Amino acid sequence: MGIISRGFSGRRTPTDVNLPPGQYLTTDFPVLSAGPTPRIPLDQWEFVIDDGKNVLRRWDWKSFRDLPSENITVDLHCVTRWSKLGTSWEGVSLDTLLSDMKTDASYTLVRSYGDYTTNVPLKDVLNKQAWIAFRYDGQDLAPEHGGPARLLVPHLYLWKSAKWVRGMMLMHEDKPGFWEGLGYHIYGDPRREQRYSGDR
Amino acid sequence: MWRVGTVIALHDETATARTITLEIPDWPRHVAGQHVDVRLTAADGYSAVRSYSIASAPNSEGRVQITVERFPNGEVSPYLTQEVVVGDRLELRGPIGGWFVWRSQQAEPVLLVAGGSGIVPLMAMIRSRAAAGSAAPFRLLYSVREPGAVYYRDELRALSAGGDRSVMVSYAYTRTVPKDWPRPPRRVDAALIAATNWPADLGPTCYVCGPTPFVETLANLLTASGNDRDKIKTERFGPTGDQKG
Repeated sequence: MGIISRGFSGRRTPTDVNLPPGQYLTTDFPVLSAGPTPRIPLDQWEFVIDDGKNVLRRWDWKSFRDLPSENITVDLHCVTRWSKLGTSWEGVSLDTLLSDMKTDASYTLVRSYGDYTTNVPLKDVLNKQAWIAFRYDGQDLAPEHGGPARLLVPHLYLWKSAKWVRGMMLMHEDKPGFWEGLGYHIYGDPRREQRYSGDR
Repeated sequence: MWRVGTVIALHDETATARTITLEIPDWPRHVAGQHVDVRLTAADGYSAVRSYSIASAPNSEGRVQITVERFPNGEVSPYLTQEVVVGDRLELRGPIGGWFVWRSQQAEPVLLVAGGSGIVPLMAMIRSRAAAGSAAPFRLLYSVREPGAVYYRDELRALSAGGDRSVMVSYAYTRTVPKDWPRPPRRVDAALIAATNWPADLGPTCYVCGPTPFVETLANLLTASGNDRDKIKTERFGPTGDQKG
């Protein structure tokens, strides 16, 4: 426990809400990104899975949207300490995009329009844990929130849910993405409060 | 790793913003633009942490200034702006962040664009430039609601007073303008960007900090006026004001 802040009582989260440590509730949907919001015309959009050498799979917007999608309701936890509960999305599961993929890779590097990248272990995007989402709250995903489509991997801090996704590289060894190379945690589990590099 | 800082000075910037100067014996030197996490702990062990941009230039004296804007329904900012007194101890973690930073080795022209309390990390850059004796050309475009909302007013006036190391400072007042101000109350627009920014062919780095809608608008205006997207760095805070996402 830290030193007591004289006269501070705080504003507690209701006890029936199980937030990860150090998070507080918000009902708003703040935006965090490092640069201008990219605008990607749907007729130029694509999502490519590769292994660093060869393209393994590729979808344009139409073929992507022809894939079966799912409605999901998940909690979001941002490393800047806000959490937003019960958000509703529609997206294509990574289980669908990676189905029957023969690979011995263990890691992925997700890349975005605007050159953002983030690394996620392959096992963390499989088994109903990650989606490429294109609708939020019944509406097409707004550009500020990552539209046309973003990764949604809600069991990790939200910076892992890359906005404006355009591809995923399968890798044998882990490699830090954008924020991971700038002092943020390589894995980013909110329940273990892995915010910054050096956090266990 | 949490460090303990002692409050050694308090200064009100506006009716709702206060600068807190902390002395932290083992503080690692920070870079302009970085932030700190501040932790408050109640008597029963409950704690709340918020991030605040560092306002001061890097220094080797272990001194860090943050300027905190009070949000009326905030959990931490009312305490920091109204309860804290000189001699109090606060817990800090940092410095944090390696993207929205200006290093004194940078020599290219810089445009700083602040919306409201977004001035804080940009002021750290201006102060860092002055402390390092840097000749990097700096301009600041500062959007505020009214004259009384300007942080660091006297220091900015002195820094923009002329001379070859002067920083050109332009203001956009969005609600109330000073007496005899030539531009009516209005948000930053393309014309003001054109009048303030460096010519795009000089390849300026642009740092934009403020509330999300402000940063969205400014990043789009800067892109539209020919600035390289890769040289526009943004830092956003606060709510979107848009529940639809």
